[in-house]
Amino acid sequence: MSVEAAEQTTEQPVREIGRDRRRKEDQRLITGRTRWTDNIVLPGMLHMAMVRSPFAHARITAVDTSEAKAATNVVAVYSGADLDESVGVLINAWPVSPDQVTPVHPPMPADRVTFAGEIVAVIVARSAAEARDAAELVDVDYEELPAALDLKEAAQDTVLAHPDLGTNKSALWVFDSAAAGTGSDVEEAIATAREGGILIEREYRQQRLIPAFMEPRSVVVDPTGEQLTMWTATQIPHIVRFALAATTGVPESKIRVIAPDVGGGFGGKLQVTPEEWLAWWVARQLGKPVKYTETRSESLMAAHHGRDQWQRLTLAADKEGHVTGLKVDLLADLGSYVALIGGGVPVLGAFMFNAIYKFPAYHFSMQSVLTNKAWTDAYRGAGRPEATFGIERMMDELAHELGEDPLVVRERNWITHEEFPFISVAGLEYDSGNYEAATAMAKEMFGYDELREEQRRRRESNDPVQLGIGISTFTEMCGLAPSRVLGSLDYGAGGWEHASVRMLATGTVEVVVGVSAHGQGHETAFSQIVADRLGVPFESVEILHGDTQISHKGLDTYGSRSLVVGGEAVVKAADKVIDKARRYAAHMLEANPDDLEFTDGRFAVAGTDQSVGITEIASAAFASHDYPDDIEPGIDADATYDPVNFNYPHGTHLCAVEIDTETGQVTLRKYTCVDDVGQVVNPLIVEGQIHGGLVQGIAQALWEEAVYDDAGTLVSGSFVDYLVPTAADTISFDTATNTTLATANTLGTKGVGEAGTIASTPCIVNGVVDALRIFGVDDVQMPCTPERVWQAIRSGSEGESTTGAAAPHFDEVTGTQGQTDRTAGADGPTGGSAGTDAEGAGR
Amino acid sequence: MARIELVVDGARVADDVEPRMLLVHYLRESLGKTGTVIGCDTSNCGACTVHLDGKSVKSCNLLAVQADGCEVTTIEGLATEGQLHPVQEAFHECHALQCGYCTPGMIMQSVDLLRDNPDPSEEEIRLGLEGNLCRCTGYHNIVRAVQTAAGSSGATAAAGASDSAGGTR
Amino acid sequence: MIPAKFDYAAPTTVQEALGLLAEHGDEAKVLAGGQSLLPVLRMRLNAPEVVIDIGRIDSLRGISDDGSTISIGAMTPYHEILADERVRTRCTLLHQAISEVADSQIRHRGTLGGALVHADPAGDCGAPILAMDAELVITGSSGERVVAAADFFEGLFDTAVAEDELLTAIRVPAYDGWGSHYEKFVRVAHQWPIVAVAAQVRMEGGSIAEARIGLTNMGSTAVRASAVEAALVGTSPTAEGVRVACDLAGEGTDPPSDLNGDADYRKHLATVLTRRAVLAAAGRED
Repeated sequence: MSVEAAEQTTEQPVREIGRDRRRKEDQRLITGRTRWTDNIVLPGMLHMAMVRSPFAHARITAVDTSEAKAATNVVAVYSGADLDESVGVLINAWPVSPDQVTPVHPPMPADRVTFAGEIVAVIVARSAAEARDAAELVDVDYEELPAALDLKEAAQDTVLAHPDLGTNKSALWVFDSAAAGTGSDVEEAIATAREGGILIEREYRQQRLIPAFMEPRSVVVDPTGEQLTMWTATQIPHIVRFALAATTGVPESKIRVIAPDVGGGFGGKLQVTPEEWLAWWVARQLGKPVKYTETRSESLMAAHHGRDQWQRLTLAADKEGHVTGLKVDLLADLGSYVALIGGGVPVLGAFMFNAIYKFPAYHFSMQSVLTNKAWTDAYRGAGRPEATFGIERMMDELAHELGEDPLVVRERNWITHEEFPFISVAGLEYDSGNYEAATAMAKEMFGYDELREEQRRRRESNDPVQLGIGISTFTEMCGLAPSRVLGSLDYGAGGWEHASVRMLATGTVEVVVGVSAHGQGHETAFSQIVADRLGVPFESVEILHGDTQISHKGLDTYGSRSLVVGGEAVVKAADKVIDKARRYAAHMLEANPDDLEFTDGRFAVAGTDQSVGITEIASAAFASHDYPDDIEPGIDADATYDPVNFNYPHGTHLCAVEIDTETGQVTLRKYTCVDDVGQVVNPLIVEGQIHGGLVQGIAQALWEEAVYDDAGTLVSGSFVDYLVPTAADTISFDTATNTTLATANTLGTKGVGEAGTIASTPCIVNGVVDALRIFGVDDVQMPCTPERVWQAIRSGSEGESTTGAAAPHFDEVTGTQGQTDRTAGADGPTGGSAGTDAEGAGR
Repeated sequence: MARIELVVDGARVADDVEPRMLLVHYLRESLGKTGTVIGCDTSNCGACTVHLDGKSVKSCNLLAVQADGCEVTTIEGLATEGQLHPVQEAFHECHALQCGYCTPGMIMQSVDLLRDNPDPSEEEIRLGLEGNLCRCTGYHNIVRAVQTAAGSSGATAAAGASDSAGGTR
Repeated sequence: MIPAKFDYAAPTTVQEALGLLAEHGDEAKVLAGGQSLLPVLRMRLNAPEVVIDIGRIDSLRGISDDGSTISIGAMTPYHEILADERVRTRCTLLHQAISEVADSQIRHRGTLGGALVHADPAGDCGAPILAMDAELVITGSSGERVVAAADFFEGLFDTAVAEDELLTAIRVPAYDGWGSHYEKFVRVAHQWPIVAVAAQVRMEGGSIAEARIGLTNMGSTAVRASAVEAALVGTSPTAEGVRVACDLAGEGTDPPSDLNGDADYRKHLATVLTRRAVLAAAGRED
């Protein structure tokens, strides 16, 4: 044991929190020494390929696998009829109403396919190429059934997605402020506005989107030994483990799920997937390791989609422009199954339509609907982008009706900073924020008045390039979530998070977290938190995650929860370490624990020069040759943290867009945002999250849409047609933060992962509509394609639905219009082939 | 099977491959160069970008047999003697990656871009990266990283990474 | 995705390649730069028995200046064409269009000959080749024949090159003193053009003396906007001066309707983009 005098230094150590630390994660990623799931190779590993349905809805009348089974190096071929109960089912963790209609979701159906892309047979072969070769040899007979495709039509139950269920309507979820006691009656507010106030009624479309993470999903299952191991490109290793145990009969204690390096998720890997369940079953059947890695085409077609709503909104206000009521009626497209939390995503929006405004009355209803399309679930923002879009578009409409600046109308109605904490009409307690300050700062940075002036000039001169100014003063609820609140919403799990801090004998600190990063920079940010808390060097902290054998307890990463919930668990665990170490320190220094001060990693006896460092205590605790009688040896600690509230990041986003009125092309000119994400742990990471979020939200406004044709085939089924923007389509952003601390956690942090996406979509569309007001336009449907904008200018309408046809750059070179890679084993609805003579191919 | 001989990241290698094997599969499966990844099947995403005889190419859009006799450099061969390439350094310095999946291709294309144009404007950088998709960063910091690597930002790397943050934190 | 199995041959002479084509007929597929063929093979939209890689035939690569004509070997990759000073200064329109093809990596591998034989109506090279009245040298077992650009594109993904022939060279007349511009319209940068216009004009005494215009993705092949060309003669290069002529750009075209816009929209775009291309070619701003 060594007890040293405190160092005589006046230099203040640099605080890690708030510092723009470069990321610990980067070294392996910039050198390519990574472990993506698809990189994993095991001895004797077999490869799977899928045969997928080309039909949106069909009865499977026969599956002939004999030719495929006979192919070289094919080990096994299975169709749905070959499966037994041990394959399990895919769970819905959030039945939003007690009477929700929930079709059973088998990993591979035996009798009926419910969307184009559903798996009907699995090939297992010694190589991926041979598996794919054999997939072409499977012969599936289908009897096509009428498909429920259009959301509004499906809601009428004219064609049933699942005939046995008798209806497409899955769940109706309603919130009413009068009934809940959080506000008054919205119908009264509407009636009053109809007589002597302002009533705005609009219908908005949230198009279907695809998360389009860059790493296609991949899964490896190794059944060797006592523990079965699954590596999977997932956001949720702990939930996958739970669901495997709950549905496949394998004890949870024998399941190890590892999410190694995961290449993005955005909600798209917040799922339990047929591919995982089939790999699990096949590996157990054969007793051999198996791998499945999807192609991009498969990913776009069969990994879950996002958004897809119709929103009917009614906003009531008095003549002076004070809002008096908001009524929201949603139709939400579930696709063909109720996915893990798919049914709940629109409900997450229920609490956010009222946003930052003081609505006295609010009514929300959501009808979820089954269709014969890919299932929908979380996509960055999950429910809150939809809500923010609706309300921010409506506030612009109100301003237009009043003939006032949209920022002035917003300010008249928003919660002022003195009013926090504020109970919203949806019943949430907003803890902190300062909408005035963020807006003032954003206006200044943006040059709001100058751009308005330029807009006026362009309007007056009939400039063919018109300028639009878009506004979004958003808030959101994030940090899922207080477990009791989730319970009250019938969610199947809690919202707590877990962390362990292990003080290793040699002076380093090992921190195990239950959240599971896939690009967020947890290793860096959590190291900063621990370094500050324990007074140890940033470099001495190692963050472990994403492996249920190491991180035995956790609820994973989504809903901007990792820092605000997981980070707080780390804080709590570190504080427990300090408490334990204090007893050791008191013993070592022969002092009273209450007389010790802990600063910068050392316990010191007040008023003396006696002190001991926490890593020395860790070393002493490792030996434990001498420690207090009444405690256990060791200073490691675990903590499970259940948040007491959501948190409410907010911000003011302003954009300028230029519209070429001759072509309808929208070009980004400037984008400025001031976000309040509470305490910033690492400004570099926060900015990065904002930048990426902005582009995803802007992409919804301008470029991306998952389009099905009349037969239920996804026509935006490759990156040729699903338009993810490039560097050349986007601009540099002006970002800043204005901080008010969250009150529900120790550090004062708020979530940042989804903020940019939630805010930017309505900001851009408001800008587009603002530019087009002079043509009598009050809406353009998303994505605001050049064609739609041009039509809007010509007719004052919001534009028509996207034509359901893909550009044929690759397809028709062979005369095969159907996309055989996705539909091996059957002629697709547009099948048939006739070779052409095209020779050579190079663009 | 076809016999191929080529140089990959400085090492001479020879193999018998199926003609249908893509270069990216050869790199990943035969040579274990898993730093080069696959992101799509239509050559849009650029995640698989490597250098073939000193020019950036999409290794998913090339048969391994077409690379016979060529020199291939992957992300794993970019650092020399343990020293990161300036573009790798700049990506780290400017936080130009999040999940890191697009990063190998993005870095290899950025190296090619700077070889052709050592002092690119922001617009030239953005156009030069039009064949590479990133879903995490919104490209903002990738552009900063290329500027920083080019020494064209006129600022230190640290300032380059955060020069857009106009406000308080 | 992995292509279906095929046999592979890499001839080193045109004669050898023609022999292989004769031997394998429609079971063979010629691999040029491969930037469109590889995705087709990977997604198994086509599964040829034999792939004949003409990338090792040195005689198909290279650029020569014959005085009034620049001759480009069919297998010359885009980036080499872009780096060629003669093409840049004397066949500027082609240079401009090629600089807009796909992305940098594709331009390192893709070839002009491959693109022309692939004959995607949305490809960037068809319109300038038409507008420039290039000649296509096609080689078969009985020797060379020369086809005018106007006769080369026969339909969607279909050209005058027969099953047992190869496109070996593209001869592009030099347009010294002409102004040119390639105007491409996309929603995101990595797309094929929704519509594009290749225009070149010769000015005389402040007005347009001659105009040559090709349209991309306005039909099953690239097409020539002959009506516009005729109407432009003698007009002054101002927005108003050329408007009436350029409004004819959609006439006689049969553009596709797809995710990016319907046929009527494309016809409208063609008029706007043609006007812009012509003005830029004439050195004027819209």
